[in-house]
Amino acid sequence: MSEFLNMFSYHFMQRALVVGVLVSLCAALLGVSLVLKRYSMIGDGLSHVGFGALAIASAFNLAPLAVAVPVVVIAAVLLLRLSRSSKLNGDAAIAMISSSALAIGVITVSLTSGMNTEVSSYMFGSVLSLSRSDAVLSVILSVAVLALFILFYPRIFAVTFDETFSRATGTKTEVYNTLLAVLTAVTVVLGMRMMGALLISSLIIFPALSAMRVCKSFRGVVLCAALISVICFVAGVTVSYFLETPTGASVVVTDLIAYGVFSLLGTKK
Amino acid sequence: MAILNCENLSFAYDGRTVLEDVNFSLNAGDYLCVVGENGSGKSTLIKGLLGLKAPRSGSITFGEGLKSTEIGYLPQQTQLQRDFPASVWEVVLSGCLNGLDRRLMYNKADRERARMNMERMGIEDIRDKSYQELSGGQQQRVLLARALCATKKLLLLDEPVTGLDPIATGEMYNLIKLVNLCDNITVIMVSHDIHEAVRYATRILHLGHRQLFCGSSAEYKESDLARRFLGGNRI
Repeated sequence: MSEFLNMFSYHFMQRALVVGVLVSLCAALLGVSLVLKRYSMIGDGLSHVGFGALAIASAFNLAPLAVAVPVVVIAAVLLLRLSRSSKLNGDAAIAMISSSALAIGVITVSLTSGMNTEVSSYMFGSVLSLSRSDAVLSVILSVAVLALFILFYPRIFAVTFDETFSRATGTKTEVYNTLLAVLTAVTVVLGMRMMGALLISSLIIFPALSAMRVCKSFRGVVLCAALISVICFVAGVTVSYFLETPTGASVVVTDLIAYGVFSLLGTKK
Repeated sequence: MAILNCENLSFAYDGRTVLEDVNFSLNAGDYLCVVGENGSGKSTLIKGLLGLKAPRSGSITFGEGLKSTEIGYLPQQTQLQRDFPASVWEVVLSGCLNGLDRRLMYNKADRERARMNMERMGIEDIRDKSYQELSGGQQQRVLLARALCATKKLLLLDEPVTGLDPIATGEMYNLIKLVNLCDNITVIMVSHDIHEAVRYATRILHLGHRQLFCGSSAEYKESDLARRFLGGNRI
């Protein structure tokens, strides 16, 4: 127990936990809408774009978040357009953009600092990567994401459940789809430093999928996903601290176990 | 005064006209059934009335203070919705969306409206049930309650009985007729089921890329068009 408390005495662990819990909350809430709207691919695509942006930012010695947030937000709006376009094959276009961004990122890194630990920390995440200013910005942005989600909850539900009906009754569904994409973009960038570009999308989809196995109302799914997400994050970080496993991967495996448990609970019902 | 007036309405996709020469008007309390074969322009007309598709020419005018966003719309269900995790209450309440205006959350009046419409549809006892666990007939009643939350004057129903068993179909038709008669809500219904359409509706609009017939159901029954459409059998 004292070792467990000891974990919190490190400043980097405190930062990682505070930011991680907030980002997990955001990811879980947005994840419910994204999964139900069949937009899960967008989260994955955005994380790769984020990797490219982070690589370029560090090559030019710029603040990583200040570069990555706007770039990924723009990419989110673009991906949303692409995924709805009937002329282009939406998911193929997303895959194309995300792998291109990843490739550009890898080349940038190898030309500047070489394929070193930094790349690995972008790809697979690290609790150590969070600077103090990053942490402050992350807290502010994730609180903003949470606030917007709660304020627009009735509209987000309506647009997620039935877009045609919402549009027919005068709701500007495009606005709310874009809002969802932008909030997702911010969440992806914030979570990426810790979870890694390759693993962040699991933070978005796993809690929603687990919650849907058991809960049958939208509000229930949202609350349950939020709870699962936070618990799995804290558990994953604790495991990674004691077993010295990579943080991102540990959180993902915890989420996977939770999904297994919830699937069992769901079939029992 | 007419609640809805369509004049010389026509619609086109990518420059190709799919529906033209639509001229009809509805009075408050009318029950109009739109019939026609697949691809005859029924869905396009619906999109036009809801303001989701701009007409190529002609005009749609609403009367009695009705706005196009105040139509109670019951869309065809998608597979996506059938297994959506939402309670009956959440779905019905979302019908009050167009009354939110600048407010962020539903208020007491919205909730009372949702409760009343659930009572009207006889679904108040399944309030907390999950939408995905309901039978097809119950799901349609939930969606009808949601549509009623969105309107006081005009319901627009797109194939409301598709996929329902005969008993649920009958119940659905009766509920719609009840709302039409008791609450004086104008009904526009798109249907394949011409026999029932003629039985319940007061007026028929028959489309086939243009307006082939518009008049009372009694007149329609006597028309050659109806006889041909039904394959020679008289109704």
